[in-house]
Amino acid sequence: MARIELSKIAHSYHPNPAEPADYALKRIHTVWKDGGAYALLGPSGCGKTTLLNIISGLVTPSRGQVLYDDRDVTPLPPEKRNIAQVFQFPVLYDTMSVYNNLAFPLRNRKMSDARIKERVLEVADSLDLTPFLNKKAAGLAADAKQKISLGRGLVRSDVAAILFDEPLTVIDPQMKWELRRKLKEIHEQLKLTFIYVTHDQTEALTFADQVAVMFEGEIVQLGSPQDLFENPEHRFVGYFIGSPGMNFLKCTIEGASAHIDGAGCIELAPEIAEKGRKADGKLEIGIRPMYLKIHTRWTKGMLKAGVKGVEDLGSYRIVTLDVAGRTLKAMLSESEAVPEGTVGVSFPRQWIRLFEDGWLIK
Amino acid sequence: MEKWPDNKAWLLVLPVFVIVAFSAIIPLLTVINYSVQDIFGPGQSVFVGVDWFREMLQDYRLREALWRQFLFSGLVLIIEIPLGVLIALAMPKRGWKASAALVTLALPLLIPWNTIGTIWIIFTRPDIGLLGAVINNLLGIPFDHTASPLDAWITVMLMEVWHWTPLVALLAYSGLRAIPEAYYQAARIDGASAWSTFLYVQLPKMRGVLTIAFLLRFMDSFLIYAEPFVLTGGGPGNSTTFLSLYLVKIALLQFDLGPGAAFSLIYFIIVLLFSFIFYQALQRVGKGETV
Repeated sequence: MARIELSKIAHSYHPNPAEPADYALKRIHTVWKDGGAYALLGPSGCGKTTLLNIISGLVTPSRGQVLYDDRDVTPLPPEKRNIAQVFQFPVLYDTMSVYNNLAFPLRNRKMSDARIKERVLEVADSLDLTPFLNKKAAGLAADAKQKISLGRGLVRSDVAAILFDEPLTVIDPQMKWELRRKLKEIHEQLKLTFIYVTHDQTEALTFADQVAVMFEGEIVQLGSPQDLFENPEHRFVGYFIGSPGMNFLKCTIEGASAHIDGAGCIELAPEIAEKGRKADGKLEIGIRPMYLKIHTRWTKGMLKAGVKGVEDLGSYRIVTLDVAGRTLKAMLSESEAVPEGTVGVSFPRQWIRLFEDGWLIK
Repeated sequence: MEKWPDNKAWLLVLPVFVIVAFSAIIPLLTVINYSVQDIFGPGQSVFVGVDWFREMLQDYRLREALWRQFLFSGLVLIIEIPLGVLIALAMPKRGWKASAALVTLALPLLIPWNTIGTIWIIFTRPDIGLLGAVINNLLGIPFDHTASPLDAWITVMLMEVWHWTPLVALLAYSGLRAIPEAYYQAARIDGASAWSTFLYVQLPKMRGVLTIAFLLRFMDSFLIYAEPFVLTGGGPGNSTTFLSLYLVKIALLQFDLGPGAAFSLIYFIIVLLFSFIFYQALQRVGKGETV
């Protein structure tokens, strides 16, 4: 087990990187605490797998250091780092039995047969693999195979962290849920550091205590699922987390209000307005669809909006609104009436966030 | 709704049937027909039953040629498969070096088989051949494939390995390239040595292509004709007379069509039988349940 620190990491796959665009990872500076359950969340191509491979040692970063418990491991290969990794699709030794698959990492480390047996049986038990131990690994279902990949990491009692690279991609939806629960259970049991890469927010938010959202080679926010939802530090986090994502409207600050060009004014909390007045970048207000209030009649302090469409998603509805040519999404519970025609939209003050050049003003 | 049998679809299969009939079935039937007759000349033949088969199976020269053939194919497989895999493992993985290596490897495969024989005749000649002259004059070892059976075998084997190992290497290389990077990464993380990685990742993943390589090399080497015919003509003595060389001698040079046909059929059945046995065996490798 270990605390993993990434110090000023940058990585480029180009031999001679010149501009920022050549870098797959721009500047990563973060700490993963011992025993934490972390998720690395981001769209395809944002650099999350590269970052994972840097942590495991499969990739050596162009710049910066990787520290395990303050020990610099940057030049060390994966086999010297005590790390385990579960890949996107099950990686198994096809010709071996499940038992031999699980024993393989220990045999390579010259552990005694008796000790190997003890560890393998223990891990097989906690992963519910005991009935398959004598079977060929190649013939099993995808979820059992992924459990074996995980098991190969767990058998090593000295493992510093287990890294998951979108491990549920090839698993059936029903088994996904099952396997995710198993992962959480194992994490609680063993208190190992888990780092889980995914582009699926549900997976990240349900699995991890702390989620790092990545965007174009940077970690834009590391926080609890609640933080990411309520206080996205970057507009990308607001947009990427939540379904539908956060609404954004370009604005200027006039007095204590945000002025939306051609649509009207929204009153802000005084301290936010104060900071907004001092900012000189491009300003936007952001609000989650679930916090927007729709009123049948427009009164002062609301924005006038036209209802463009309503999607019924079972337990809630998503209303698409047109505000002077801009689109807003609002979420209504089943019990609320479905609005029609021209309506008023109010923005509860405590849920409005103000962004300058994409970054949250705190 | 009742379904009426409609046999029109058979018409679509007909062209293939006609082609296969002309390319395989009719020639094969002709051979079977010849194998049970004693043919004196056009229109003069006598039915002899299985006499030719009996005669051929008792022919000691055929038996010798058969053992020679098994020894040859066995050596070919023992040398070419591991050597091809080794070459494939050593080849560059990407970039211009990989392309250069692939083209260089493929060169022997592009040369007509008769030409291969001719190249090796000249190459191993003791007086002017590069290899022959070096061995005889520089190293002082007498080496002449026209005089010594051992030298003839060494030359034929060298030629065969030079000619066909590239095919095994190319197949093995394609098998290696098809292994996803994650398998190597997982093996590194599990602390596997290069040898374990080969044994448990690379070799199992190459099973399919190696099965093909094995079967192709077995069949091809078992049927080898042109290269030894040009290089040694089956000599010195009968030392490099393989099955096909002996068959041609009987059927075409002595014009014994009946025995030749019987021989052909025996030959055909042996190849078929062994290919089947090897295929079954290779399919089974790594599939049984073990602890």
